[in-house]
Amino acid sequence: MADRSPAPDTPELRERWGAFEFNESYRARADKAIARYPEGRQRSAVMPLLDLAQRQVGEETNTQGWLPLPVIEYVADYLDMPVIRVLEVASFYFMYNMKPVGKYHVQVCGTTPCMLRGSDGLFETCKKRGMKKGHVSEDGLWTLTEVECMGNCATAPMVQINDDNYEDLTPERLDTILDALAKGEQPKAGTQEPGRHTSEPANALSSLEAMVDENHDYRSEWS
Amino acid sequence: MPKVTVDGQELEVPEGATVLQACELAGKEIPRFCYHERLSIAGNCRMCLVEVKPGPPKPQASCALPATEGQEIRTDSEMVKTAREGVMEFLLINHPLDCPICDQGGECDLQDQSVAYGRGATRYEENKRAVTEKYMGPLIKTVMTRCIHCTRCVRFSEEIAGVDEIGAVGRGEDMEITTYLEQAAEHELSANVIDLCPVGALTSRPYAFEARPWELKKTLSIDVSDAVGANIRLDSRGREVMRALPRVNDAVNEEWLSDKGRYMVDGLSKRRLDKVFMRKRGKLQPATWDEAFKAIAKAKPGKSIAAVAGDMVDCETMFAAKSLLKACGSKLIEGRQTGMDYDVSNLAAVNFNSTFEGLEHAGAILIVGSHIRWEAPLVNVRIRKAVKRGAKVYVVGPYWDTTYPAEFLGEDLGVLNKLPKDVAEAFKDAERSAVIVGGGALKGAHGKAMALASDWGADFNVLHFSAARMGGLMLGFAQKGGMADIVKAKPKVLISLGADEMDYEPFADTLKVYIGHHGDKGAHSADIILPAASYAEKDGTYVNTEGRVQFAEKAVFAPGDAREDWTILRALADALKVEVGFDNFAQLQSAMIAEVPALGEEGLADYGSLPKADAKAKAEGTMSAYPIKDFYLTNPIARASEVMQRCSSELLHGGQLAEAAE
Repeated sequence: MADRSPAPDTPELRERWGAFEFNESYRARADKAIARYPEGRQRSAVMPLLDLAQRQVGEETNTQGWLPLPVIEYVADYLDMPVIRVLEVASFYFMYNMKPVGKYHVQVCGTTPCMLRGSDGLFETCKKRGMKKGHVSEDGLWTLTEVECMGNCATAPMVQINDDNYEDLTPERLDTILDALAKGEQPKAGTQEPGRHTSEPANALSSLEAMVDENHDYRSEWS
Repeated sequence: MPKVTVDGQELEVPEGATVLQACELAGKEIPRFCYHERLSIAGNCRMCLVEVKPGPPKPQASCALPATEGQEIRTDSEMVKTAREGVMEFLLINHPLDCPICDQGGECDLQDQSVAYGRGATRYEENKRAVTEKYMGPLIKTVMTRCIHCTRCVRFSEEIAGVDEIGAVGRGEDMEITTYLEQAAEHELSANVIDLCPVGALTSRPYAFEARPWELKKTLSIDVSDAVGANIRLDSRGREVMRALPRVNDAVNEEWLSDKGRYMVDGLSKRRLDKVFMRKRGKLQPATWDEAFKAIAKAKPGKSIAAVAGDMVDCETMFAAKSLLKACGSKLIEGRQTGMDYDVSNLAAVNFNSTFEGLEHAGAILIVGSHIRWEAPLVNVRIRKAVKRGAKVYVVGPYWDTTYPAEFLGEDLGVLNKLPKDVAEAFKDAERSAVIVGGGALKGAHGKAMALASDWGADFNVLHFSAARMGGLMLGFAQKGGMADIVKAKPKVLISLGADEMDYEPFADTLKVYIGHHGDKGAHSADIILPAASYAEKDGTYVNTEGRVQFAEKAVFAPGDAREDWTILRALADALKVEVGFDNFAQLQSAMIAEVPALGEEGLADYGSLPKADAKAKAEGTMSAYPIKDFYLTNPIARASEVMQRCSSELLHGGQLAEAAE
C-alpha cells in the first residue's frame, strides 16, 4: 500500500496553498453538498468537500489534484470541524491524494484476479514509459500507483486513470490508451475488448445458463 | 428488565445494558481494551468476545451487543477461549516485546490479559510493524509501536475533554494515533489519556523510567491544586512522591484528574523550606527552632497576633492556629488572602450547592465571572456532560474557550440586572438549572446572582479555587472586612500558614512568621520561616467547594527540619506560654470536630438552607480578567515544579521546548 502520510508542512507549502479557497463554481457545488444534510450536521459533507477541493487543486495545477495540509485545514474551517477529523477522513480513503500527482493518475489493480489476467504486463508497460510506483514521472504527466481490487474482476485486468476505468487490458491496449491521453485525447472508457459492451460474458454464456430466460433454482443440483 | 443467563446463572439486567455489563453483573470477568465505562462504545479491539444464543454461531463482541430477553451467554466455552486466544495473538503480532523497558510494565492491561487469556507463545514469524514516536506535549510520552488502536485516547479527548486533538490517521496496518501535525495536546485534562491507555503507548513523560509500580507505596490523598478536591493516590518511594493518580469517586472527579494535580508533585522536592530561617540584618539566615521561638516570644504579641491561612492548608492546621490565637485572646484569622470580604454568615450562600453530580442534570447554566476550565477543570467536564444532555450555557465575563457551545453575555456584570429575554426563558423552562459564581465575581455579583437563582428556582453555586477555602470558612477564617480588618488591627505578630498570594506590604512593622513548605512569595517577605509539611506529608481534612469533607493521608515525611504544621503551632503555644488544649494529632482532631462537628464526617456538610435573597440586589462592576493568569502556576508547589513551568511556557506562552545542551 502506498504511503498515506500527508505532504510535509513546509513554509513553501503554506505559501503556495495557504490562501486556498473555493472558486465560485466549486463553492456553489460545496454549498449544495452541505445543503443535503440537516442543519448542524454539515460535517457529514466532508467527503464531497474534500473531493471538490482536490479537483480544484487539480485544475489549478493541471493534475488530478491532491490535498495539501492548508487545503485540508480550509475544508475543516469551511465545515467548522476539528482539522484532525478531516485529516482522518482524507488519510483513510484512497481516492484522496495526499501527495502531488501527475496529470494522469494511473492506478493499476494488482489484486489476484487482475494479476492472474496479466496485470504484471501492465506494470511493465507503465515502467517502460518512465513511470515508477508512487512517483510523478519527469514530464509531470503520469503517477503510477498499485491499488487493490476496484471491483472490475469480470473485466480484469483493469486500470483506473483519473475518473475513468479501462478494462480488459493488454499491454498493447494500455499503450494505446496512454498514447491517446498523452496527446490530450479522451479514449473510450470501460472495456477495451472489441465487441464487448460492459461486463457481460466475453464469449458465449458459460455458467448459470438455465437462468437466461427465467429464474432457476440450482440448489437441488449441488452435490 | 431483560432476563439473561450467563454461564447457567440466571439474572435480570437493567434495560439498555450490554452483554458485557450483564456478564459483569454475573461476576464474570470479561477481558477488554477498547471498552471503557465512561467512553462511547467502539467495539474495535474484539477482546470481549463471548458466545451468545440466539445469534449467529460465532463469538460476538459483548461490549457492543445489547442484552435482550432470554439470551444465553457463555463466557467459559471452548469457543470463547479459542476466540480470546486468537484475538490476543493478533493483538500481539505487532506489539513489541519490550515489556522490560516499558513504563506500563506491571500495570499493563495487555500484559495481564495476555497472561490470563492468551496463548503461551506466538506463531508469527514475519517482521513486526514499527511506528514513529509522536510528539504530544510535555506530559505525554509516546511509544506508538506499542499502540493497539483501541482509540480510548481519541474518544476521551473528543467526548470528555471536548478538545478534538487526537485522531487516528491512515487505515489498516498504516493506522496511527496522532495529534494534528504532532502539536502538543493543549488542555487541562490531557494526561488522563495516560491512565486510559491500556498499553504502554501513551505513558507519563515526567515519570518516564522513574519507578516500577510494585516499588511504590500507595497513599490515599486529596488533590489540593484546586477546590474540587479530586480523590488521588500518591505513589511514593522512600521519601519522594513519584506520582499522583486519580482514584475513582463518581461524586467528585469520576476518574479524571487535572494535569496540575497530577504533575505538580515534582515540585514537592524542589525549593523546599527544610530549615528554620530568621531575618538578620535584612537577610534570611539559617537558625534553630529555639532561636525562632524565642524571637517570637520576645515580640510579646499578647492579643495582637493574627493568622492568615494559605490556599492549600488542611483544616487541622487552621484549627491549631485558631486555637493558638484563641488562647492568646485574638480572633484575627482570615483565609481569603486576596482581600475578598463576602458575607459568610450563612455558608450555604458561598457553597457549590447543586453538587458536581447534580450539575450534570441542569438544563440551563449561568456562569458568572469564572474561567471554569482553569479554576476547576473537572467541573467543566460536568458542564460539558450537561450540555450534551441539552443544557444551555451562558457566561458573563471575558471570553474563554469553552469546550461546549456557550453564549457570552459580555464582561459587564451589570448585564445580570437586565438579562436578555431568551436567557430568563431558558432558565424558566429548565427543570433543573444552576447559577455558578466564580471567585472573581463575588464582589460585584454575589447578591444579584443569588436573587436570580432564587427567582428561577435554580441551584446557587459559588466556585472557589482554593482547596482550603470551605474548610477555612467553616472554621471561621473570615473577618467581616476581609484582609482589610487584619491590616487595620496592626498585629504585632502575623502567622502566615503558607499564605503566598497575600500582600505583605501593609505588614511592614509586623513580625511575620511564615509556616509553610515552599520558598515562595510568603517566605520571601517573612521575618521568621518555620518549615512545615505539604499536603503529601501530613494527615489532614479538606473541604471542597461543594462542602464535601474528605480526609487525606500522609504519604511521605517532610524533608530536613520541616515538621507537620500542627506540631509547630503546638510548640509555639509553649513558647508564648499559652494552653491550646491538645498534645497530639488525635486530640487536635477531636477538639476540631467538637467545635465543627461537620468536619468529623466524610461527605457533604450540611449548611442549611440558602439565605433569603435580596430581590433588590444589583450587580455592578466589570470583569476585565479572571483571577487565574496561568493555569499551571497557581500555587507554590506548582510554581516550584519543573514540569508545570514547562507546561506553562510551552502550552500557554508558546515557548519552544528547552532541550538540555548535551
